[in-house]
Amino acid sequence: MNKKYLSRFGLLIGISLVTGGALAQQGDAERGQAAAATCTACHQADGSGMNVPNGESWPRLAGLNADYIAKQLHDFKAGQRQNATMMTFANMLDDQQIADVAEYYSQMPVTPGQGGDEADEALLARGQQLAERGDWNAYIVSCQSCHGPGGTGVGSTFPGVASQHAGYISAQLRAWKNETRINDPQNLMGAIAKRMSDNDIQAVSAWYAMQPGSEEQETAQ
Amino acid sequence: MTICRRSLVITLTGCSLAFGTIYTATVFAQPEERPDAALNMLVHEPPTMEDLENSELHPELKKVIRYGHDLFTNTQQLRGENVFNDMNCSSCHLGEGRVPFSAPVWAVAITLPDFRGKNQHVNNLEERIAGCFAYSMNGVPPEYGSDEMLALSAYHQWLATGAPMYPDKPIYGRGFPAPDEPAEEPDYARGEAAYQENCSICHQNDGSGHYENGEYVFPAPWGDGSNNWGAGIARVETMAGFIYQNMPLGQPRSLSDQDAWDIAYFISSQERPQDPRYTGDVAETAERFGPTFHNRSLYGQTREHDGHVLGDHDNFGEKGDLKPWNVGMPRFENLSEE
Ligand code: HEC
Ligand code: HEC
Ligand code: HEC
Ligand code: HEC
Repeated sequence: MNKKYLSRFGLLIGISLVTGGALAQQGDAERGQAAAATCTACHQADGSGMNVPNGESWPRLAGLNADYIAKQLHDFKAGQRQNATMMTFANMLDDQQIADVAEYYSQMPVTPGQGGDEADEALLARGQQLAERGDWNAYIVSCQSCHGPGGTGVGSTFPGVASQHAGYISAQLRAWKNETRINDPQNLMGAIAKRMSDNDIQAVSAWYAMQPGSEEQETAQ
Repeated sequence: MTICRRSLVITLTGCSLAFGTIYTATVFAQPEERPDAALNMLVHEPPTMEDLENSELHPELKKVIRYGHDLFTNTQQLRGENVFNDMNCSSCHLGEGRVPFSAPVWAVAITLPDFRGKNQHVNNLEERIAGCFAYSMNGVPPEYGSDEMLALSAYHQWLATGAPMYPDKPIYGRGFPAPDEPAEEPDYARGEAAYQENCSICHQNDGSGHYENGEYVFPAPWGDGSNNWGAGIARVETMAGFIYQNMPLGQPRSLSDQDAWDIAYFISSQERPQDPRYTGDVAETAERFGPTFHNRSLYGQTREHDGHVLGDHDNFGEKGDLKPWNVGMPRFENLSEE
């Protein structure tokens, strides 16, 4: 896909997000809980989702940034983020309900990531390197330079990836690599994922699945 | 390939195959450009921190190099003592100071001591590092010979492992080479629009950068948290080169030449802390340091759209009245004119 097109496309999304955010009704967590009744089958009542080893993992939504969640639901609806499962469920929500469920999940405490425990030491070391320092010989910028120290997220643009499920992280990185997920602003994530090997993807997914996703979680461990 | 990689220094003539292999689909956006660009240049691939662990160096030296690396990538640990803005060394020297076209810092370890135009005398490695503290970090350098200075210079020098001293070829990837002259004169309004489109998502609309929970994430390209007016990147061409070769983060050389120059002109037209060489008068300072520096920055010039004179203030940023001791320090006065 053409780079310029992507960046323009990203900008459009960016702008609509900003104006959308400013105009949209405030999300209400209580209403969100009601609207999220159909979501719990996969994302669970505590928003923890589930790592599904040989299948489609359900991401943890608990503690993700509300505006990020809302953007993803709008993207699923508009077909800018392609996923058959989620398209169906996102389509059930109107704009107000999107704001409400986003608020609801964002207020939940972060739950532990799954699927990293089987990784060996060498793989985790590679994962830590990519997360914290990157691999500039392959121009892989460290994940933390966008996703923040500890990978716990920066603002509403860069979601927290620490304590997310390994199966979900690797599925998303592969999707960007294969250009089946292209809803990131300015191709920021796609440019990095394309330079990663399968081993890199496995390594960093395992590493982040095992990291605390919030300060509370860190002290609890 | 293995031999070339291990020796870490490649001159293209003998080893062009290895060069291709090492950098294929890596380091730059347009790998196909590289072989030509590097013809008859010194190409050096600095060691990585993993190489350090695997090396035979003395364990005490390894510790010091690790500390130097840590200072370079997290210079904020010296905030309030030596650093008075929101930067790390690696905010501008990307990839731990190793990456070509991001002013890889090992180059000075094999080219200094040498005469430096900016301060008109012969500088060594420590003095060069002190320069980036005084201007780029808007700070006060650690003393020569201090633990911090020694660790930083050890890190620089170790990165140069295997590269020849005083090379007789130009160094591949040195500095922040500017893109070709744009078709149209750089323009403030176009630059502002391109900045908002490509950069503000991280550096913010007002150039203030972003700290998340008090921790460094995106540095400030202008304003109090940025480098001061005397820093190398305050020169428009250097800023254009930095941007073109390195930004947006992760997508080097993705902007057009015109965009890079327009954005550089826009950023260079914003305020930042005063040049530590300030005489108390912006016009006088601009003139005194014009030939060696400010002829290539917009310091002292009047901004067209609002009549603001750039640098006409006595805001030195967070360091207030502190003066970097290295600025204007006389050297070699006892050597007679030849
Ligand atoms: C049948 C299982 C299932 C149900 C029910 C379901 N989801 Fe999902 N959800 C998924 C899967 C699988 C993904 C990952 C999609 C992908 O790979 O792109 C996902 C992704 C998401 C994401 C993106 C998360 C991220 O980190 O980017 C959000 C937000 C989301 N779901 C919200 C919801 C909401 C709200 C509901 C209820 C209205 C819901 N989901 C119902 C399976 C489900
Ligand atoms: C240059 C900035 C940048 C870098 C570096 C970066 N990312 Fe991202 N990443 C993003 C952006 C922006 C998004 C959000 C995309 C969107 O809005 O849909 C994202 C999203 C993601 C997601 C999807 C999260 C979710 O909940 O769906 C994962 C997983 C991810 N990144 C992992 C990584 C890993 C691992 C690395 C390091 C190898 C990395 N990222 C480096 C910018 C970056
Ligand atoms: C605001 C951006 C910025 C920051 C921060 C910065 N530098 Fe620099 N540095 C530059 C620029 C610009 C140059 C000049 C490149 C050129 O020659 O065009 C430079 C040059 C250098 C050089 C000489 C490179 C050469 O090839 O001659 C060294 C060594 C160096 N910096 C070290 C450091 C150290 C150490 C720090 C942290 C204490 C640091 N820099 C922080 C922008 C920066
Ligand atoms: C995805 C986020 C992101 C985007 C988009 C981005 N930058 Fe940066 N930029 C960074 C980061 C991070 C650094 C510091 C590198 C580091 O710490 O590893 C940086 C460093 C810089 C610096 C040197 C330090 C300073 O603050 O002066 C300048 C100048 C700069 N960027 C300008 C730009 C311009 C111009 C654009 C748009 C063409 C841009 N950036 C787009 C993240 C970004």
